[in-house]
Amino acid sequence: MGMTMSQKILARKAGLAHVAKGQLIEVPLDGVLGNDVTTPPAVAEFKKHGFTKVFDKDRVFITLDHFTPNKDIQAATQCKACREFAGEQAITHFYDIGEVGIEHALLPEKGLVIPGDVVIGADSHTCTYGALGAFSTGVGSTDMAAGMASGKAWFKVPEAIQFRLTGKLNKWVSGKDVILHIIGMIGVDGALYKSMEFTGEGVASLAMDDRFTIANMAIEAGGKNGIFPVDEQTIAYVDGRTSREYSVFEADSDAEYEAVYEIDLSAIQPTVAFPSLPENTRTPGQWGEVKVDQVIIGSCTNGRISDLAVAAEIMEGKKVAKGLRCIVIPATQAVYMEALQKGYLETFIKAGAAVSTPTCGPCLGGHMGILAEGETAVSTTNRNFVGRMGHTKSGVYLASPAVAAASAIAGKLATPDQV
Amino acid sequence: MKAEGKVFRFGDNIDTDVIIPARYLTTFDPEQLRVHCMEDIDPTFIQRVSGGDIIVAGKNFGCGSSREHAPIAIKAAGVSCVIAESFARIFYRNSINIGMAIVESKEASEKIREGDRVSVDFDTGLITNHTKGESYQSVPFPAFIQDIIRGGGLMASISEKGVRA
Repeated sequence: MGMTMSQKILARKAGLAHVAKGQLIEVPLDGVLGNDVTTPPAVAEFKKHGFTKVFDKDRVFITLDHFTPNKDIQAATQCKACREFAGEQAITHFYDIGEVGIEHALLPEKGLVIPGDVVIGADSHTCTYGALGAFSTGVGSTDMAAGMASGKAWFKVPEAIQFRLTGKLNKWVSGKDVILHIIGMIGVDGALYKSMEFTGEGVASLAMDDRFTIANMAIEAGGKNGIFPVDEQTIAYVDGRTSREYSVFEADSDAEYEAVYEIDLSAIQPTVAFPSLPENTRTPGQWGEVKVDQVIIGSCTNGRISDLAVAAEIMEGKKVAKGLRCIVIPATQAVYMEALQKGYLETFIKAGAAVSTPTCGPCLGGHMGILAEGETAVSTTNRNFVGRMGHTKSGVYLASPAVAAASAIAGKLATPDQV
Repeated sequence: MKAEGKVFRFGDNIDTDVIIPARYLTTFDPEQLRVHCMEDIDPTFIQRVSGGDIIVAGKNFGCGSSREHAPIAIKAAGVSCVIAESFARIFYRNSINIGMAIVESKEASEKIREGDRVSVDFDTGLITNHTKGESYQSVPFPAFIQDIIRGGGLMASISEKGVRA
């Protein structure tokens, strides 16, 4: 029986001619990632079990992006522990304040993950790199420790759900709307333990940033990984960022899928996930009046240059609604610099928005924009569970950068054509 | 390997943000984390739970973040086992890796009530509800996973095999 794209990557890496769903395999890793929250427990486990040297100092990636710049003394202590470990191990790809970006925007930018790679990360949104035709998945700190020690991870081979994309997105509609639509359709456990494989002629119409956004939220449907085929856009993105040779895998034509969904991109509307589950999606006709206190434009989901470009286009010459706090967070220093040079940051500041250094910050209720009781936020982030961004009685509406920017101007949930 | 205790019931989609809110992730010390376990959904949980007690939940328990702090907080709170209709995949993996027992059983999830006295035999997968006089059969862990748990978690099992970087 044929293999899915994810199965093919796993089989090749594991040195097997074939793998079947449910099979337990051990796979050598091309990358092991951790951040300032998940690396300290991993380091503690690593040392507790007597390991002294990571398997490959070039293949362990540590990014200080969650509670940084140091949000308090405990966060500072965790960052210090990461810094010391990185120094002791001579970790090549250690990113600290001034260089660091949000991990899942930074690693592709730096060419650290390429097609055909198998990568684990101690962060649930590690699935983002599937946009590059890699198999990448989120794990906990113990798996990170084991990966650092052995350079391997065990996996149960997943079966896959196929999403066949056709058509192309309408103006103001983006990858975020596509993935929210899908999660709304299949539910937060609709892809539990499965690969979400995005295929079809519609893929070509999606820019890399849209693919990163879609793959990023595979975990919000419970997916093990999300993955796109490798095409000219992928190769154009990767070329020049890496000196490693990449491998292109394609699903077999007789691969079996647990389910196949047809997604017409041209039928996708702006989609927002209402509190408090990412599957609680509604399109504009169902929104009603939603007064908004805060807008966040950023995160590993939507903090890339094209996200900021869309927001700047909508906010150009306009003002953030009175009483509304708009916070823009470019995902990396390169994005920040490009946004600066293209005048986007000037647009945001003149509109009355705040612009922050790269950080995960408010996405997980860390810092840089926490919500008080009764407040609502429209956010380009990826989760809106109870208490996610602050008080348990605050609400987070997940949206695209276009809807977030329009809402910032309108003072309420809005689409760009309404402002 | 067995667990026995009184049951605390939760519903579907209990996510990692309610199990241990992100504002507490500036530590991974189990003693500091346990105090905040389930705080945003039930602030009285940590006062009422005693060693050996069992959480029973619906679908997709542990969804959301990969934070290992979530099963660490639950284990440190004294919970001996989590029974759920289904688990989110990263939470499931993390629980095994730190040696916190978990069992999947739709029937147990549907029939067990808050306060029931329940025991679990991990070798056979049999769940016994002593309060209602019922039992439910779950599928025991595959051998590979039993080895990891028996070995004291993932790190112990790989250092046993003498892996050197």
